[in-house]
Amino acid sequence: MVFGRSKGGKHPVEPVTLKILVAGGFGVGKTTLVGAVSEIRPLRTEELLTEAGRPVDDLTGVEGKHTTTVAMDFGRITLREDLVLYLFGTPGQERFWFMWDELSEGALGAVVLADTRRLEDCFAAVDYFERRSIPFLVGVNCFEGAARYPAEDVRRALDLDPDVPLVMCDARDRESVKEVLVGVVQHAMAYAAARRRSPVTT
Amino acid sequence: MSADGQARLHWFDDEAGPVVRPYAMTRGRTTSAAQHRLDLIAVVVAEPHADDPEADTTLSPEHVDIVGRCRETPQSVAELAAGLDLPIGVVRVLVGDLVAADLVHVNRPVPPAELPDESILRDVINGLRAL
Ligand SMILES: Nc1nc2c(ncn2[C@@H]2O[C@H](COP(=O)(O)OP(=O)(O)O)[C@@H](O)[C@H]2O)c(=O)[nH]1
Ligand SMILES: [Mg+2]
Repeated sequence: MVFGRSKGGKHPVEPVTLKILVAGGFGVGKTTLVGAVSEIRPLRTEELLTEAGRPVDDLTGVEGKHTTTVAMDFGRITLREDLVLYLFGTPGQERFWFMWDELSEGALGAVVLADTRRLEDCFAAVDYFERRSIPFLVGVNCFEGAARYPAEDVRRALDLDPDVPLVMCDARDRESVKEVLVGVVQHAMAYAAARRRSPVTT
Repeated sequence: MSADGQARLHWFDDEAGPVVRPYAMTRGRTTSAAQHRLDLIAVVVAEPHADDPEADTTLSPEHVDIVGRCRETPQSVAELAAGLDLPIGVVRVLVGDLVAADLVHVNRPVPPAELPDESILRDVINGLRAL
């Protein structure tokens, strides 16, 4: 693994890359959040699906199989010439969970966006990250017209562990989104430190 | 898959929309040994000697395009896919070909758990605040 990279010289910089996932139900503000802090571009993946709806990994021929397109939000934040953070908006529907598996591998952490008018839409994402021990933060996207609930009520409704950060945010607001992402990284640091102190064996 | 690979339209369902067979470009290959599950944020870097990929007649225009982009700026598999407007699976196969041809190499991302210390994450926090 290369950390010290030749600067200057004729070799272009090979950056260290990290990723944060943005999950949550349809219409909760994932695309808006990614777009608030980065130049956003759609990213397509085309998967060959078996009848069961799972992707096929290795095929010699592709006839007769379904192919489906999954589009994700994808943003790049260049923090330094040699340090790049990518954001991936994960497709919400459960049938795209195979994409989550790939995206969550090696992720620094995740944001789960929640809308208090339909909190149940983010249950699946909360479960997913809990089960895989991926550090995540819940961002309650404060839409106009939605009743404001105390953070404690939302925590209880989502059955969050006490150490999972929950913040109120506005996905349209760059400063708000920056704080959400900072929160994810801080939580990931604390999470890693706690694991070093008492390694979990599962 | 037949090599002539006529792009056929498939509807998986209404939400997914129409899909042409992009694998015509990869001659039907969906995986190759070298790029097996190449990470989306793995960085592709052009080899210094890869300065005239057009000269290699076995390469497709997309191969040449990838080498050109990565020579300019080393970039991730995901960025290549978004920039070329190609599905990730196709870009994986093409990058695998280029690795095999020794025209690019791929830096695998460091899993966060294996970062040597917290300084990189502190840099991320400071960088985000400074945006
Ligand atoms: N009032 C308000 N509207 C928002 C907020 N975030 C997103 N929206 C709007 O909600 C709609 C859905 O957001 P979008 O980002 O497309 O949701 P996605 O399906 O999760 O990607 C859009 O019309 C946004 O403008 C927010 O924080 N406050
Ligand atoms: Mg969206």
